[in-house]
Amino acid sequence: MSPESMAAVIAARYPDVLVARAETTVVVDREELLEALAWLRDEPTLALGFLSSITATHWPDRDPAFWIDYELRSMTLHHRLRLKVGCTEEDPTVPSATTLFATANWLERETFDFYGVVFVGHPDLTRILLPAGWDGYPLRKDEPLGGVPTWFHGTTMPPVDERGMA
Amino acid sequence: MSDTGQRMPGAPFDPAGDVAGSFRDPVSGDFRQETMIINMGPQHPSTHGVLRLLLELDGETVIRCKPVIGYLHTGIEKNTEYRTWLQGITYVTRADYVAPFSNELAYCLGVERLLGIEAPERATLIRVLVCELNRITSHLVGLATTGLEMGAVSVMLYGLREREMIMDIFEGLTGLRMNHAYIRIGGVVMDLPEDGPHKIRDLIDILPSRIDEYETLLNDNPIWRERHEGVAVLSAQRCLQLGVTGPVLRAAGSTADLRKDMPYCGYETFDFDVPTRTEGDAYARYRVRIDEMRESLKIVEQALDRLMAAPGPVMIEDPKIGWQARLSVGPDGIGNDPAYLAHIMEESMEALIHHFKMVTQGVDVPAGEVYSCVEAPRGELGMYLVSDGGHRPYRVKIRDPSFVNLQALPDVIEGYLVADIIAAVSSLDPVMGGVDR
Repeated sequence: MSPESMAAVIAARYPDVLVARAETTVVVDREELLEALAWLRDEPTLALGFLSSITATHWPDRDPAFWIDYELRSMTLHHRLRLKVGCTEEDPTVPSATTLFATANWLERETFDFYGVVFVGHPDLTRILLPAGWDGYPLRKDEPLGGVPTWFHGTTMPPVDERGMA
Repeated sequence: MSDTGQRMPGAPFDPAGDVAGSFRDPVSGDFRQETMIINMGPQHPSTHGVLRLLLELDGETVIRCKPVIGYLHTGIEKNTEYRTWLQGITYVTRADYVAPFSNELAYCLGVERLLGIEAPERATLIRVLVCELNRITSHLVGLATTGLEMGAVSVMLYGLREREMIMDIFEGLTGLRMNHAYIRIGGVVMDLPEDGPHKIRDLIDILPSRIDEYETLLNDNPIWRERHEGVAVLSAQRCLQLGVTGPVLRAAGSTADLRKDMPYCGYETFDFDVPTRTEGDAYARYRVRIDEMRESLKIVEQALDRLMAAPGPVMIEDPKIGWQARLSVGPDGIGNDPAYLAHIMEESMEALIHHFKMVTQGVDVPAGEVYSCVEAPRGELGMYLVSDGGHRPYRVKIRDPSFVNLQALPDVIEGYLVADIIAAVSSLDPVMGGVDR
């Protein structure tokens, strides 16, 4: 299905649809996220049953501050759709998609690990790439690059960019 | 330590955390006494990289498995936000280091779509050529390490021997054996070297008989079959639920392949098949990878024929982007071309100013977002790129197939024997650089 005709089908139900660079993006409210994902997956003319990726972007001075991005793919009809849902810095929570897509488990853990977005209803929302005791969410825009001490059992080393400075 | 991984206020810092927490009895909070919890990895010769598996065992049977990853996390995604769009290539190429060209291609196709430009035809052909050669090296590494982990050291030696032929081609082309940064925004850095086509023809002559040799050695080898048949079975339906793509999915009967389903780089004009099997076990994955090497070789041959027939530029004209084609291969990789260096340093002050500005700042990319995906050797490799209109990426997310495919591991080994873990991990063939990024 072409991006334009896909946008027309979706707009009948979720009006906030955009086509740019031959990619379709639909923005839905946080409350209707699971319903929208389930409908896109089960609607036979769309058949977006494969969840490729979940990630987030952080915009500290904007509202909403977080955009959670879901990349859907149809294995039978060979088209794609991007679904986005926003949430604020004060309440960075979205419902977990793990009940609809098993693959969401690690993808949501990674997004939580990097951005601190809490996926409500996730069975095991723990850090995945960073150590369990890590402080902060490194891909947020207000987290600096570097300046992280190196840990060993029982001791720490100063950050790489500060070593050798008396 | 809470179960969400968040540090409680005032709690002492504990880098390891309670990673085995999910193995505790939900009521009493204790571990079960009749089973054993052991650690496999992260430094283990058979875990295919720096992968740590927490296993709960009842005798030889795996009751529960929890992969613990992140030991190779290098913050590639964060780092790209502090570099120019062009410098981003040198970061993303290091994610899945066994298939670096796929990373570069997905990233560059995405940036090109944001910029609204398209690489010249010859550059696209060279991209297809290197990516398919890279698919062969990647599957050879997969085969070689599987052999090593199964105790079939000769398979490891054969696999790496043939890989070395292709690494020679890559080294002649890009100056490096890996982390090439050869595919650039707007094209590729430079054309094939003079002896390139000759070396590739040699490979096309030799490799099919070598692949025959692997098949003679392994296809009906009783030990190989015993270790792989019926092991780590995943149905196509379960693969799709878990997001598993690539040879693992095609070994379960699906024909999903982005090169056919959503063609990019003109793949629809090449004549090749998508090998599939129906068993969905480790042996089927081995057979699919072997067949894919033959198909890739077919594409390489067609791309090379077309390259010989169609000379032309390998980089777009726009001097703000096209200056990258004025680099050359030196003894330590791609670097400044002496003639170009003489031009900017000795002849033209304006050229020097332009060079300085283009290298330090690069191009401004219009605000927007794209998801650009290619069929990497391990499955769907996606790059979600967001620009806020500046000369640096706002966000680069790498959807690496190794990361998503590894999620299927507990599914395929819980209830099976410890010895099957080795075959299961190596048949999923994760590259930890891609998993941890």
